[in-house]
Amino acid sequence: MNKAVIEFSSRAENVSFARVAVAAFVSQLDFTLSELEELKVAVSEAVTNAIVHGYGNDPEQIVRLEIRVAENYLEIETIDTGRGIDDIAKALEPAYSTDPERMGLGFAFMQSFMDKLDVISEQGRGTRVKMVRKVRAPGRAAVREH
Amino acid sequence: MNYSIKKDKNCLLVAIFGEIDISITDSLREDIDRALDNYGSGQLVFDLGGVDFIDSSGLGVILGRYKKVAGKGGKVFLAGAKPQVKKVLELSGLFNLMEEYSTAAEVIDKIS
Repeated sequence: MNKAVIEFSSRAENVSFARVAVAAFVSQLDFTLSELEELKVAVSEAVTNAIVHGYGNDPEQIVRLEIRVAENYLEIETIDTGRGIDDIAKALEPAYSTDPERMGLGFAFMQSFMDKLDVISEQGRGTRVKMVRKVRAPGRAAVREH
Repeated sequence: MNYSIKKDKNCLLVAIFGEIDISITDSLREDIDRALDNYGSGQLVFDLGGVDFIDSSGLGVILGRYKKVAGKGGKVFLAGAKPQVKKVLELSGLFNLMEEYSTAAEVIDKIS
């Protein structure tokens, strides 16, 4: 398994950095451009949640992104040590939002665009959002698992 | 500047370029609201032809403006979305609320 770990400040301008970093790292897998766009939306949602909800827009915190690439799938884990989610089941409901200006579609997009979504959260300790996406049409092998 | 806001005939035209995420949504929201207050237009057109990426924070700005404009009897139009942007708009259900056009010019011709 090939792995990359990135830590960055919880600043809004770093959301695009996270998207580009993931897209660059996973270029070793045979995702189509359309699939890459979907991955970028999922990453954007996960990292935005960490910044906005996990850290309440405090720019001095750290978001950790772990990207793991195997032969035919990809795992992206977004980790914050912020306030945590009160009720994960409720947060995962489509159109649930704590902010009227947001659509509450963040987790819905992560679920739509990824094959698997796991959320682990503890109040006051932080949140880990793990997303898995399989390569639909495996072409050249990326990294052999040992 | 990642976007331009101007009065065009009888509508307010918001053209956005590049990527729409939380790095621009606060200023975008404030600037559109200020323009809506100043011009008082009941027809808001989002020209998305230059947009390469949008996530739910961007959709939130569009939906929030829709609620504001539609609440006063106005309409909001979405124009020019590229396939990757269109996919996100479709999933969000925003096309059920707002009419979709292939170009901003087409919308403006139709409504003016």
